[in-house]
Amino acid sequence: MTAMRRFLASGWLSAYAFVYVVFLYLPVIFLPIFSVNSAATPKFPLSGFTLKWYQDLPRNPALLEAAWNSLVVGVSAAMLSTVLGILAARSITRYRYPGRRAINGLIMAPLVLPEIIVAISMLLVILQLGLSLSLFTIVLGHVLICVPYSMTVLTAGFEGFDRSLEEASADLGESAFGTFRRVTLPMVAPAIISSLLVCFTISLDEFIIAFFLTGTEATLPIYIWGQLRFASKLPGVLALGTLLLAASFLLMTIAEVLRRRAARRTQNEGGLHA
Amino acid sequence: MPERRQTEPPHAAERSQQTERPMIEIRDVTRFYGSFKALDDASLTIKEGEFFSLLGPSGCGKTTLLRMIAGFDNPTSGLISVDGQSMEGIPANRRPTNMVFQSYAIFPHLNVEQNVAYGLKRLRLERSEETRRVEEALAQVSLTGLGKRLATELSGGQRQRVALARALVMRPKVLLLDEPLSALDKKLREQMQVELRRLQQAVGITFVLVTHDQYEALAMSDRIAVMFGGRIAQVASPKEIYQRPVNRQVADFLGGMNFVKAEIVEESGASLVVDTLGFGRVNTDKPKAFVRNGGAATLGIRPERLRVLWDNATAKFEVAGKVVERHYFGEITHLIVEIPGLEKPLSVTETNDFGADDIPVGTSIRLAYDPEALVAMAD
Repeated sequence: MTAMRRFLASGWLSAYAFVYVVFLYLPVIFLPIFSVNSAATPKFPLSGFTLKWYQDLPRNPALLEAAWNSLVVGVSAAMLSTVLGILAARSITRYRYPGRRAINGLIMAPLVLPEIIVAISMLLVILQLGLSLSLFTIVLGHVLICVPYSMTVLTAGFEGFDRSLEEASADLGESAFGTFRRVTLPMVAPAIISSLLVCFTISLDEFIIAFFLTGTEATLPIYIWGQLRFASKLPGVLALGTLLLAASFLLMTIAEVLRRRAARRTQNEGGLHA
Repeated sequence: MPERRQTEPPHAAERSQQTERPMIEIRDVTRFYGSFKALDDASLTIKEGEFFSLLGPSGCGKTTLLRMIAGFDNPTSGLISVDGQSMEGIPANRRPTNMVFQSYAIFPHLNVEQNVAYGLKRLRLERSEETRRVEEALAQVSLTGLGKRLATELSGGQRQRVALARALVMRPKVLLLDEPLSALDKKLREQMQVELRRLQQAVGITFVLVTHDQYEALAMSDRIAVMFGGRIAQVASPKEIYQRPVNRQVADFLGGMNFVKAEIVEESGASLVVDTLGFGRVNTDKPKAFVRNGGAATLGIRPERLRVLWDNATAKFEVAGKVVERHYFGEITHLIVEIPGLEKPLSVTETNDFGADDIPVGTSIRLAYDPEALVAMAD
């Protein structure tokens, strides 16, 4: 009886889990499928396999420029957010001071603010300051939304970092700089790299803020948005979208693996009773 | 009550490297944290080759003192010197001391060998010399062959040995140990006590141990400083501390103690004659720190220094009373005996080889004692 019930329960649960995953990923699966379809319009039945949409991509100078812009913005935003994230995470995990929680909350808040509101507000501020819109203003906007992610990743990496490790290094004769180089850096490096990758990926995929804060230069998502007006360009967009998707997936996977490794390191150290 | 140690005490004959030369001198050291006085005018001399313990409850200032010797903290006032050299202004990385941390602080991104060699790298030794010293240190702590293991693959006891090897390989003048055994289970802890003591005898380095475990301090140390509330209450050998505590606080912290009110009859330079209701007139040594406060004094006697007299056996000194409680602890039995005239009943610890565990509650018994075991102390 119980076995029967368990079978039913597990059967329903598996079915539910399957539908859940399909719902999440079905739209995403369509992208690579149509990107290798030889027909110019995305509809079933598929007419034939081709890689020509991919081969056409590098022949498009506007796209290459957008890709370059995205790279520049992504790398700058990732580095800037990670530096800010390191400072914030270090302060929050290492020191105790009044308002620590409030500050933590304020830094995390952009995660839940509507992106379009953030974008409009930033646009207003930037225009008030008399800055002209450029890739640099996109970087500023991306830093704003990346810092919470960066801090989350880094806080996890820094937490449990036993302060006595640095003391032990000093005790064994190492200088402050040597301690940083031989103990602190190797311990937190995975978390830092993970933060860089997460921030880069977010910046690479971000559209709304980039759309509002850009001048004449387009990033990849803005370029894609522009192409959507022309039906004939759609297969190329699908191919580009597939590549972006794959890149994001890969980067996030690496970031997660590194984040876990960092967490395991510090937590193992924290556990005394082995 | 004192539990019997399963492990053998280290042999006194091994104590060879100890000299009278002072290795660490602590002079009038006071440390404030804001308005909190963590250390209050502490003075102490630790001799070369000595196994010295700082013993006290948490918050008594023992760890603060240890961290000051290591260079992780500085006195608000007062002076600390190591091997005749003042440590003022000398940072931790240039002091001739090494520390075994409570959390062990093993570098998790390095393997055992790399952990042990960590400090040697700064010395730029020849590769063969460095390898030799690492091997030697690993052998000292019985970790030979585990050099390639990752720190995260080690058990608690092994991590502790790595921490020890990593400090010893530096050949420090002083090894500082901050509650090194507190994270280990009881059995391993007792085994490590013996090993640590042996190791100290073998390498001849001055060891300074911080602990809140009185048995640990008694089992390993040459001398112990007992600390309370930032002050050093008593500095003496384990036996002296246990048998002749200077005050009730020290007596209590070191184990069970029966306190008996006494009336001072006569006081001279080195001795006291007191009257008690239970033990009659007692002639006892006057403790060094004794300060007379009116005509009253306190005597103390350890529970195991009272012995049950069986049948018709007699002793030169005895007290009679009635068993009111009995607690069985396997190898020993703990009797609570009411003595006419004493306001608090006496605790008596008896081994179970003569059947103390069978004495019924309510039995009238007599207890033998040695008047030497009755010690006077400050309140």
